[in-house]
Amino acid sequence: MTAAVIVFPGSNCDRDVAVSLEAALGHKPLMVWHGDRALPDVDLIVVPGGFSYGDYLRSGAMAANSPIMREVISRADGGTPVLGICNGFQVLTECGLLPGVLMRNASLKFVCRDVDLRVERVDTAFTRQYAKDQVIRIPVAHHDGNYFTDPATHKALEDNAQIAFRYCAADGALTEDANPNGSLANIAGILNEAGNVLGMMPHPERLADPLLGGLDGAPIFSALAEAVAA
Amino acid sequence: MKARIHITLKDGVLDPQGKAIHNSLEGLGFDGVNGVRQGKFIEIELDGDDAAAAKAKVSAMCEQLLANMVIEDYSVKIDG
Repeated sequence: MTAAVIVFPGSNCDRDVAVSLEAALGHKPLMVWHGDRALPDVDLIVVPGGFSYGDYLRSGAMAANSPIMREVISRADGGTPVLGICNGFQVLTECGLLPGVLMRNASLKFVCRDVDLRVERVDTAFTRQYAKDQVIRIPVAHHDGNYFTDPATHKALEDNAQIAFRYCAADGALTEDANPNGSLANIAGILNEAGNVLGMMPHPERLADPLLGGLDGAPIFSALAEAVAA
Repeated sequence: MKARIHITLKDGVLDPQGKAIHNSLEGLGFDGVNGVRQGKFIEIELDGDDAAAAKAKVSAMCEQLLANMVIEDYSVKIDG
């Protein structure tokens, strides 16, 4: 299995996620520059965190229109798994692969800390190594993570079970206190309708090695390795 | 020609930055402020002299890039 990490000017989690992917896959992913038009044949695409294009205009807006994203959209439409983390999630909403938008945090403050997440879907290539309703601890680090969409789209997300992760208290309860950014319905990560595109604000690659203080993020990468190998 | 574009949050979309500005204005002693909404202003220099065509072109720019239609509205003014 080969994975590609898309690198934009201003990406800063590209190398961290490459380390997590290498640990899960046993070899290094390809690092693909945003200005490339061609994408090699890969089994997984990761759009990493960071501040692509300095967050000019809106977070993710410029990156969504970069040359490589046309190819990423076409691969996603063809069923290739695509994982967008933090700024990657913002890019995936801006390019239309995922619905909604990540607005400025309700507190207006940059939030950088570990949060608890409840796993809502376990039948996906990304989440199959978690248990349903399992509470995992993953760091967030963002200024624009306040997920918003119109009521009709929110209802469709709930009806189609497209919500993969929600911010929760340590016991799994969906409380306002546990919501770090004001996201609608405590949404931390969503899937597209087909289930092969996942966008999430928390950073699983930041808790995927014992040296980082925990392993709660590692199952996403090992699940992808397993799913694609199957 | 010059296009002047205002991008604002749609009605009903929470604007925490507008709220914070409102609070600061009150903190400075400005009374009678009933609400603050903040947005973006963009100017674009354009070739040509057909204002209607320019407006259509800039509207397409807004829909495809300048505004996020999930949360934002835009208005365009063309100056000759």
